[in-house]
Amino acid sequence: MTIGTKFLLARYADCSFWLGRYMERAESLARILDVNLHFSRDSRGSQNWRSIVQLNADEERFDEAYDVASYANVVHFYVLDRDNPSSIISTIRAAKENARALRPTISTEMWSHLNVFNNTMATLTSDDLKQSELSRVCANIKLECQTHAGITEGTFFRDQSWYFYLIGREIERADQTTRLLDIKYHLLLPPDQRVGSPVDVSQWNALLRSVAGYHAFRREHPRGMSPKQVAAFLLFNMSFPRSIALCLSQIDQHLHRLRSGFGLRAGISAMELLDETRAALAGHTSDTVVQYGLHEFSDYLQRQLMAITIAVRQEFCGAPTESDGD
Amino acid sequence: MSGRAPADGGRFRAGDNGENMSDGTDLLTAYDRQGHWCEMLGGDGAPAEHAAMVRNRLGRLTLSDLVRRAEIAERELYNLGITFTVYSERDVIDRILPFDVIPRIISPGDWDIIERGSKQRVAALNLFLHDVYHEGRIIKEGVVPAELIYGNAYYREQMRGVAVPHGSYVNVCGVDLVRDHLGRFKVLEDNARTPSGVSYVVENRHMMQRTFPDLMDEIGIRPVSDYGQKLLEAVAELAPSEVTDPQVVLLSPGVYNSAYFEHVFLAREMGVPLVEGSDLFVENDRVWMRTTAGKAPVHAIYRRIDDAFLDPEVFNPESLLGVPGIFGAYIKGNVGLANAVGTGCADDKAVYAYMPRIIRFYLDEEPILDNVETHICRERDGLAYTLANIENLVIKPVGESGGYGIVIGPRATREEIDDVRAKLTANPSNFISQPMIDLSVCPTLIDGMIEPRHVDLRPFVVTGQSSWVLPGGLTRVALRRGSLVVNSSQGGGSKDTWVLEP
Repeated sequence: MTIGTKFLLARYADCSFWLGRYMERAESLARILDVNLHFSRDSRGSQNWRSIVQLNADEERFDEAYDVASYANVVHFYVLDRDNPSSIISTIRAAKENARALRPTISTEMWSHLNVFNNTMATLTSDDLKQSELSRVCANIKLECQTHAGITEGTFFRDQSWYFYLIGREIERADQTTRLLDIKYHLLLPPDQRVGSPVDVSQWNALLRSVAGYHAFRREHPRGMSPKQVAAFLLFNMSFPRSIALCLSQIDQHLHRLRSGFGLRAGISAMELLDETRAALAGHTSDTVVQYGLHEFSDYLQRQLMAITIAVRQEFCGAPTESDGD
Repeated sequence: MSGRAPADGGRFRAGDNGENMSDGTDLLTAYDRQGHWCEMLGGDGAPAEHAAMVRNRLGRLTLSDLVRRAEIAERELYNLGITFTVYSERDVIDRILPFDVIPRIISPGDWDIIERGSKQRVAALNLFLHDVYHEGRIIKEGVVPAELIYGNAYYREQMRGVAVPHGSYVNVCGVDLVRDHLGRFKVLEDNARTPSGVSYVVENRHMMQRTFPDLMDEIGIRPVSDYGQKLLEAVAELAPSEVTDPQVVLLSPGVYNSAYFEHVFLAREMGVPLVEGSDLFVENDRVWMRTTAGKAPVHAIYRRIDDAFLDPEVFNPESLLGVPGIFGAYIKGNVGLANAVGTGCADDKAVYAYMPRIIRFYLDEEPILDNVETHICRERDGLAYTLANIENLVIKPVGESGGYGIVIGPRATREEIDDVRAKLTANPSNFISQPMIDLSVCPTLIDGMIEPRHVDLRPFVVTGQSSWVLPGGLTRVALRRGSLVVNSSQGGGSKDTWVLEP
């Protein structure tokens, strides 16, 4: 049955998609910074802040502007640096700009909250980001992102726009999870380090916490923690909101809803790409994925998510073909 | 007492000591209208009876309460992203007129004059526009000089012979009114292109309802909330007549336009998509919008883009804001535009001077709302009077807008007077002159004190097949002491405007 026949401007669809993505990205970044502060220490007790730069594939941009990957530099780069498009302040600002374009359709509460959040971010200074303060700042950012999610859930009109918002959010979630998996497995595990050593465990612990998954993991695995188990949890678990499998499944549902519920005929190649990706995921177990290479598989997932993004934007929003607009 | 500053004649400092109100002092007792007509008190021998109830209630508030509530209102506007006052972010682009919490009250009798007078003006403007783009009777009969129209920068030759639905050119008109020292309303100018400010009318009302419910209680105030629906009806009436359920959109220059907030507001109130030029395209002389399901037809457009930017194929070829080919669709009658193209030649200062004659010519009626007395310097008598009284007049060049080139006689230097006298003599038809109007005032909260400040009023007339006037309009207030300039760029603010039920 068709639940909505009213059209949606292509531009609004695109802005909804990016609003969902940017808010998810900001929250994820705040989590990663916070967790890194607390849990990512190497065997000598020093924290590795460069890993966050690697995680986001920002080495080039970071190295151009900063000399060392110190705490202060990395945190500045990711929280306050307006010249860094993937900093939290830039991300929130981009979210706000998309919300501004969507302002005719979104609730006043949603707009007002985002506007205030953006204004608050603009008042942050380096002083607020001292090591002793970072956790509180990150907690506030997460809370604001979650408040946004709550207001949005409670007020967003369930037209096509809503599904584009959700697709954007789920793609970003999946993307963030692949990056975490990749970095922890591939870059943070020196070849000579024994799997299962205390530092290694603490890093996997941090990984789970950065996706708010530590306790969820413990419910599935009350005892022990192996890299393989964690990887499998983040890839395949169908109850954990940030697992790849669940994110892909949700994207699939939202795309179906757009096509069946709103009678949209676009989205075929996005659906095909998604089917292909889900089949690839379903074809793996935790054993085979490690044999295949977690880095390679993460890479594959990231490429697929990018291709799905491009397909969604081209097919529904008439976006140009050469870039994903990120 | 810290609460009084009598030396200053009517200033009353807000303090923490609200207790100084307990002696029965009225909030407005210390307020002095300083000889001007006051919207809250009236004029000499003409007290504003209609405002008595509001005045009494306002009087019972403490100044500190008034200040506190004004701060709440200000904070709320800031949070909504429609004003900036507290922090200055380097890229803030949303702006609003500062909001003053003391309302301006209009009596039913005054409103009746404003309403009838505004409708009359719009009726005359529409007949005038039809005439100048068709037969040109008013020119042939020598009432308005041809060069005022055909030499006007906003005259659009492309509109000649084009029929617009219902002969309705000026679908949204803002009639700027001022009130003189005797309380008489006078028209300062007509805004017949894309008048803005109506969003503040409605938002100011909402703000008052939230922050001063006690002030409004049991007072019959005419509602302003149905503006969007009235506008939608009027714009829909411009769609091709064979379309039964027309698709209306609002065309905005985009998020970086200073009036974007208003465009959003209106799109929401009308329940129509807010589109930018790039969301629309023309195919076979029909207008379409790009949607997730492909193209969808558009039948009528409330456009907030000037003529010049509307269609790069016809007007300014550099325009990126417009829609190529839209003018072709328009003149074929496939899409309605509000306002019509080419209305700007009717809201020029030079044409304004002729408005009383234009009203008489088409309607055979006397103007209900007078112009400010205007001397047309292209006419012998007007020039002679102007030259003889130059020190007491405001001299305005006709082709300019935004206050450019205006000489205010009483405030001008000797050199400025000599300069404008030379210009007047050399090219009299380029000027009009008017007396200085002593604009009415309204009590206004200024830095924690209540002081008189000059105000104007812009009622909005919405016209499809027939005209409707939003009961209220935008009251702008010149926040600087003594200033007569109400524009936001010159320190102007706005007030809620209450038209009382009869």
